[in-house]
Amino acid sequence: MREIKAEQITKTVRDLCIEANCHLPADIKDRIALCSTEEPFPIAQNILDKIIENFNIADNDIVPVCQDTGLALVFLEIGQDVHISGDLAEAVNEGVRQGYTEGYLRKSCVKDPLDRVNTGDNTPAMIYTDLVPGEKVKITVAPKGFGSENMSQIKMLKPSDGLEGVKDFIIKVVEEAGPNPCPPIVVGVGLGGTFDKAAYLAKKALMRSVDERHANPFYADLEEELLEKINGLGIGPQGFGGKTTALAVNIETMATHIAGLPCAVNINCHVTRHKTVVL
Amino acid sequence: MEKRIEMPLTEEKVKELRCGDSVLLSGVIYTGRDAAHKRLVELLEKGEKLPIDVKDSVIYYVGPAPAKPGQVIGSAGPTTSYRMDAYAPALLDEGLKGMIGKGKRSAEVVESMKKNGAVYFGAIGGAGALLAKCIKKVEIVAYEDLGTEAIRRIEVCDLPLSVIIDSEGNNLYEQGRKEYLKTLGEI
Repeated sequence: MREIKAEQITKTVRDLCIEANCHLPADIKDRIALCSTEEPFPIAQNILDKIIENFNIADNDIVPVCQDTGLALVFLEIGQDVHISGDLAEAVNEGVRQGYTEGYLRKSCVKDPLDRVNTGDNTPAMIYTDLVPGEKVKITVAPKGFGSENMSQIKMLKPSDGLEGVKDFIIKVVEEAGPNPCPPIVVGVGLGGTFDKAAYLAKKALMRSVDERHANPFYADLEEELLEKINGLGIGPQGFGGKTTALAVNIETMATHIAGLPCAVNINCHVTRHKTVVL
Repeated sequence: MEKRIEMPLTEEKVKELRCGDSVLLSGVIYTGRDAAHKRLVELLEKGEKLPIDVKDSVIYYVGPAPAKPGQVIGSAGPTTSYRMDAYAPALLDEGLKGMIGKGKRSAEVVESMKKNGAVYFGAIGGAGALLAKCIKKVEIVAYEDLGTEAIRRIEVCDLPLSVIIDSEGNNLYEQGRKEYLKTLGEI
């Protein structure tokens, strides 16, 4: 059994918080640059170029791409043959505390949803743990802004709603969101499972590269088809009109009940941030 | 063609702005978002004086990131405006002439803007590092306990904005989308 100290988790999470907030993933940057060259509407192209200028400033000055440095989502894939010495949740929270304080990141977490007093250090992290075979620990930090989170929806569709019902719901969510979630967006879709698992899948879908399609060709085609439909809505960057409404549609699926067709749509803005380290 | 606008934002200046205009805004404005708006409107409801003079002023819906050493302010892009819709009309009645944010506004806010002669600007959402460079001075003037949500008096120079809704209620989100779709021959 491999031993990993809690302090190592803390240090890793700290560094990932800062890196994820200041440096966008290469696939997102490349996709925005590509969309800019393919955008036929001048206002839209101008916005995309400003967005590129913005992430270049963030890279060079090591400052957050967006002031909403999000709730700290921390995904842990923990090998079954690993023993972590110390309190894992506290180790993650300490990493978030250090990262957000030492990295000059915004503290956007309130302790109680109704009382709304800021916790002052962006903890607690939203921790998602998965047990997997092996003796490694994979840590992904994904700061999630709420302009886009607030535009997400879930619907318990009927099996008879079928493929058309799924497509209609996803398009409806994007259309209703309009300019609010800072388009161009990444659309994460979770299909199947239960009410909560569908939402989790939609979130996981946002962690996937925009260049990687679903392994099943049927869903890969559906991702492409939905992206084309969404980019035909005309919402455009910032909602000022244009082709580039979404950068990608990523779908994740799992088994579900004979009576159900849960469909969750989790929206991310163009600042789709995530960074991973394997210990 | 960009229009240069200097604060204060008088009614005459507002009337010249049309939905879709690109604007470079300079001068003193205030920051404020959810929690600060709640407090401001509670004061108005009690008939008390506001901690800032909103007449002919502009509120930027932003909760900035902390400044790194050597920075005036951390990243400072707009937050989504509809969460301030419940509070905006009361401030517009007090003489507030402009709001900076991103995203849709309610029918009540648009009506109040038309009645009071005010304008709604959009800044590029998610471009906080770029926009922070236009902020030259910062001072917390109210509600320091709110942290990022405190009201700040900020001096901006050539802050790049778009007029999303003008004082006649014309809306760039509707017009821009329509114009793009027209280029595809779909309308």
